[in-house]
Amino acid sequence: MSDVRLTIDGKEVTASRGMTLLDAAQSVGIAIPTLCHHPQLEPYGGCRICTVEAEQGGVTRLVASCIYQVAPGLVVRTRTEKVNRIRKVLLEEMLAHAPESEILLNLAQDYAADKDRFEKEPSFCIHCGLCVRYCAELKQKHAVGFIDRGAQREIHFIPEIAGQECWDCKECFPLCPTSALQAAYVLTEALLTPAKKPSCCS
Amino acid sequence: MESATIDQIIDKHRGEASSLIQIMLDIQGEHHWLPREALDRVSERLQVPMSRIKHIATFYKAFSLVPKGRHEVHVCMGTACHVRGAQRVLDTVQDLTGISPGETDPEMKFSLETVNCLGCCALGPVVELDGKHHGNIDPGQIATVLENCEQGKSQGPTTR
Repeated sequence: MSDVRLTIDGKEVTASRGMTLLDAAQSVGIAIPTLCHHPQLEPYGGCRICTVEAEQGGVTRLVASCIYQVAPGLVVRTRTEKVNRIRKVLLEEMLAHAPESEILLNLAQDYAADKDRFEKEPSFCIHCGLCVRYCAELKQKHAVGFIDRGAQREIHFIPEIAGQECWDCKECFPLCPTSALQAAYVLTEALLTPAKKPSCCS
Repeated sequence: MESATIDQIIDKHRGEASSLIQIMLDIQGEHHWLPREALDRVSERLQVPMSRIKHIATFYKAFSLVPKGRHEVHVCMGTACHVRGAQRVLDTVQDLTGISPGETDPEMKFSLETVNCLGCCALGPVVELDGKHHGNIDPGQIATVLENCEQGKSQGPTTR
């Protein structure tokens, strides 16, 4: 495994090839906020809160550090004004969907994000995909998935699988940066109850 | 819904998981919608989780998880059609079929959808019926077009 030398926030960092910028930054104690990242899951790059500036050959690009791989001579800046501004707006947008989320509110303080900037549209989901990916990749149960697309996209439990697997697992609950998962789970529970009733009542 | 026809479609694509969307399109083409049993069968045969199938089925407008009528009416509401009176066309179609966009009539004859552009703006306003385009359509002609579709089907494939 060949080593790659790059600079992150002025610090010389030696990383191994194939590492992400996020891993490299964390290895030298530079914190980058993340929401959709999970060390045991495949990189996803969904929430974009980990956006950083990456400069190579005089060209600066904004990249998601959780999926962008280290490269020799790369100059990474994690807290520029531009990066801060992007994270601030992202947080404001996400807070419109999940106004009560503690993780988001804490980050909002760091980036001076106004939680009331955008009209509230509480879907309680910021599409981080943690529950979906955890269930598919680690548990391999596929009990929860996404349905629909764009602004209408939401998580959805497959009742047949959820009824069998979820009660004894619920490992995806604490992963959720909002409370969407619980809400959806309760919904499935509600959906399953009437279906069961006839058999238990007869 | 015959499970044999579903198996036939799956076999045609050699049961490959990479052909999932094509298989779903074939089932949609055959039955005008994706019945639950068919998707269960596809999931089982292709070893693809139902969550993935549902994601795809709800992602693409080409798929329907509810039964569709024998004839699919698409009224173009794109900009060019809009300025040429697409709304009056849509109103007429709704009056004649008794259904709103996204609905299917109880006889399962028509399903109505609005689309945002059919890509033939010079023909506007356009109504697409079972894949056949009817351009420069006048609200007065719609009744005839809708009436003819049942016979039109028996005359063989329509030109697209």
